[in-house]
Amino acid sequence: MTVDTVTRAGGTPDEEQPWRELGLREEEYGRIREILGRRPTTAELAMYSVMWSEHCSYKSSKVHLRRFGDLPRSEALLVGMGENAGVVDVGDGYAVTFKVESHNHPSYVEPYQGAATGVGGIVRDILTMGARPVAVMDSLRFGRADAPDTARVLPGVVAGVGGYGNCLGLPNIGGELLFDDCYIGNPLVNALCVGVMKHADVRLAKAEGVGNKVVLFGARTGGDGIGGVSVLASETFDADGPAKRPSVQVGDPFTEKLLIEACLEIFAADLVTGIQDLGGAGLSCATSELAAAGSGGMRIDLDTVPLRDSTLTAAEILMSESQERMCAIVEPGKVEEFLAVCRKWDVLATVIGEVTDGDRLLIDWHGERIVDVPPRTVALDGPVYERPMARPADLDALQAAVPPAESTDLRADWLALVGSPDGCDKSWVTEQYDRYVQGNTVLAQPEDAGVVRIDETSNRGIALALDGNARFARLDPYTGAQLNLAEAYRNVAVSGAVPLAVTNCLNFGSPEEPEVMWQFAEAVRGLADGCRALGLPVTGGNVSLYNQTGDVPINPTPVIGVLGVHADVRQRVRGGWTTAGETLLLLGESRPEFGGSAWASVVHGHLGGLPPRLDLDAERALGGLLASLAADGLVSSAHDLSDGGLAQALTESALRYGVGATVSVDGDPTAALFGESVARAVVTTADAAAVLAAAQAAGVPVTELGTTGGDALVVEGLLELPLDELHTAWSTTLPTLFDTPEAVVGSVPAGAVPTS
Amino acid sequence: MPRVVVDVVLKPEISDPQGQAVLGALGRLGHQGVTGVRQGKHFVLDVEGTPDEAELRQIAETLLANPVIEDVELHLTES
Amino acid sequence: MRIGVVTFPGSLDDVDAARAVRLAGGEAVPLWHADDDLGAVDAVVLPGGFSYGDYLRAGAIAARQPLVRAVVDRARAGMPVLGICNGFQVLCEAGLLPGALTRNSHLHFRNRDQGLRVERADTAWTSSYATGQTIVVPVKNGEGRYVGADADLDALEGEGRVVVRYVGGNPNGSSRDIAGVTSADGRVVGLMPHPEHAVEDLTGPSTDGLGFFTSVLQGAVSA
Repeated sequence: MTVDTVTRAGGTPDEEQPWRELGLREEEYGRIREILGRRPTTAELAMYSVMWSEHCSYKSSKVHLRRFGDLPRSEALLVGMGENAGVVDVGDGYAVTFKVESHNHPSYVEPYQGAATGVGGIVRDILTMGARPVAVMDSLRFGRADAPDTARVLPGVVAGVGGYGNCLGLPNIGGELLFDDCYIGNPLVNALCVGVMKHADVRLAKAEGVGNKVVLFGARTGGDGIGGVSVLASETFDADGPAKRPSVQVGDPFTEKLLIEACLEIFAADLVTGIQDLGGAGLSCATSELAAAGSGGMRIDLDTVPLRDSTLTAAEILMSESQERMCAIVEPGKVEEFLAVCRKWDVLATVIGEVTDGDRLLIDWHGERIVDVPPRTVALDGPVYERPMARPADLDALQAAVPPAESTDLRADWLALVGSPDGCDKSWVTEQYDRYVQGNTVLAQPEDAGVVRIDETSNRGIALALDGNARFARLDPYTGAQLNLAEAYRNVAVSGAVPLAVTNCLNFGSPEEPEVMWQFAEAVRGLADGCRALGLPVTGGNVSLYNQTGDVPINPTPVIGVLGVHADVRQRVRGGWTTAGETLLLLGESRPEFGGSAWASVVHGHLGGLPPRLDLDAERALGGLLASLAADGLVSSAHDLSDGGLAQALTESALRYGVGATVSVDGDPTAALFGESVARAVVTTADAAAVLAAAQAAGVPVTELGTTGGDALVVEGLLELPLDELHTAWSTTLPTLFDTPEAVVGSVPAGAVPTS
Repeated sequence: MPRVVVDVVLKPEISDPQGQAVLGALGRLGHQGVTGVRQGKHFVLDVEGTPDEAELRQIAETLLANPVIEDVELHLTES
Repeated sequence: MRIGVVTFPGSLDDVDAARAVRLAGGEAVPLWHADDDLGAVDAVVLPGGFSYGDYLRAGAIAARQPLVRAVVDRARAGMPVLGICNGFQVLCEAGLLPGALTRNSHLHFRNRDQGLRVERADTAWTSSYATGQTIVVPVKNGEGRYVGADADLDALEGEGRVVVRYVGGNPNGSSRDIAGVTSADGRVVGLMPHPEHAVEDLTGPSTDGLGFFTSVLQGAVSA
């Protein structure tokens, strides 16, 4: 087979090229020819096609994401958007980097490996910044819980998230698991990783210093996921099924664990000037991004890349998405020491090229030049589209369809709500995750936020929450995105932490649909406005588009992550009641708000009306109050009110340690128990007077609900729920749905993963 | 090149939940004729020169299998 | 007292084991899998994790490393050894403890706060407890189902070598609810649950696990 060299490309301008099959549009192909002044070689075409895909170039979302960059500069932000992950100052010289990434389509095709490699990818992003990864979280959405495809996808995804994260020794500290018909055929698997480092240790993905070596290290390169990143992530699934399934990436967490340890030792010895992980678009992405971020050029000898499959072509090597690989820029004098660290950890490392003084990315194969491009044009100057937008035609009708507002059977509704797949006990999932490893997990699921200690001497720590209510975003994406931000903010605050920074994973349908594009733009505008109001920076994020089956897009699902800081994690507040005889207080104001609520969905199968009224000033006041109550040790528990309202929160707090309560509610009981007004939390205290005074000073409305104790939840004059009955309703849902042997057989590919 | 195939299965008295799960699934899929499933591991060893059967048996019995819970079977073939 | 904590490639709970040793008042000495010998340590902890990826069988490859052979030799001469989770699997694979750990009966990885009954309070690692005492420590594994031939298990029970047993539910289908066993001389203990994750109120379900580490330290003092 002849190699399509640069020389050959120059001499055969009219040769037909498969740009369309690679997902490029005619004008994009024309632009590549214009940049190069000739037709691209096959290898160049491969590089541009993956790097200019929606997944890598953000070509549809970029114009909107600029709003985040326009937010006021935050003093906490050390490294902003554009790098692999943003970096935030959390005090005492510590910096934290955190990010969420989607692996939706791969997880639908091969649930175990899709989810596992999603975790692997986000962990390498965090590692690349110079940080030690310290925890992961996962935000999952599936189709209706009893749908056959959910039984196929969910057990594999959960086993994959757990299998990979557990083997890396990263505690899983929380997340979400929600179900909706709109995710049938398009589950969402969003994984978060958070890492910690000292300020001075921040690393950037940059190739500087002429003569510095380019070192590829980690796993060998194979045929995994070739075309995956552009084709898999940017095209909607057809009904054709398996015939079109692309090759999936297969994860090896053991290799990744060694890669983590080797990298941390390499960072500690100061052996790299720049580093980048290989994720989507593999070597194409790593080499072009490293070179584009630096001031010089780069030359790569592709023959030196260690292969797992010797039949791969040059283009395939450049596009391969084999997992557990990294690329470093190393000074010549430090190469030996770098390779020695890799040998110690049994990590394969190979010098594959060097930084040059030109401004070109040059790649040779079998002694001939097959790539000669300006790296910026590959990595940074991809196409940018201002796609047409249109407010969904059905939105007026949807907002006008006001939900029912009165329960006919409060007790039955309560049990239905807490036993619903969204509201039920998630232990079936979270017991498959290691939450203890590293010994610094202070709070994990089912708490509202995960809390990790980052310094064993000072007890400084961080809190994280992920929230993405898609019903609210469907009814009003601008407000919905802000409500998700508010919920994550509140979840961090109830733990006693001070919220500090925001990340996001924006899951939407096809950007080529004007109505989806409008939803996306509105959500971004909402999130930016919300962050401005709360005074928080957006440190980065991830956009996942084309989430739809056929013509039907998913509900817009902006998953928002908020990071908070604990000056002393010993002051963290838990969500469960431990003690009888304490006063139960409701902080915040309740209104009859049922639009997009869990109660309307579960009991009435209804989605319509407007989401609850947003009040970010009230969120700020509540957050400040919760932090001071925690610092003063005035509350023994705090739980935020969100999906399912007061009924859901009381259930979770009572069942945590088996302590009941007797409460009374004023006014309309349906609104009091199931309404989803925001900026609310329930706290328990032994010193009600002090909490009341503090709330009054903070301008937060307070209602005394009742007293903890007993073995039932009693709402005076309305209903009584023995904890045993409540526990049965709450805890049997997921095991009943997913503990089927078929699900177990299919969940883990034979011999694919360690299981101890 | 001579090739040695080593099959490792759990001893009959050790319960095999993976095999049981497969059997249960087969039953529900209508394959009533299958009455037992044992899941195991399959190793393929390429060997240079004449294979030393005693040495290979030792490898199989002491490393590839855990003799406390597993049985091994060796098969010699040509690749 | 110097307690070695071995790190294999793929070890995960090694930092936690070392922390537990320190909190109990001992000196934790890191040992690397490729080290030639144990040096001057008085006891060894083999921590949890997935040594060498556990791709062959859990603990199988680690059990055949020279450093572990050295641990086995010293243990036979009376040095206290504690194997936690993957470390327990290594000790069984190395033949220092009887039985084997296999895939959980429900086939899932399971992490929960687990009740244990201390059956033997006179081993090198459990002397801080009282016989019959119930403790709560985390369990987290995918291959934690303890099995053995019935006759061997009968012998084990007859010799009183079951150190801890699951109570309030068996998390992995282990035979006779066995969570941990000891060598005939009571110096070597292996268990699937993780006492090193129950040493601080802040991060554990209890501080019940600390006793394993204080036991060996007290044993050294009184010896």
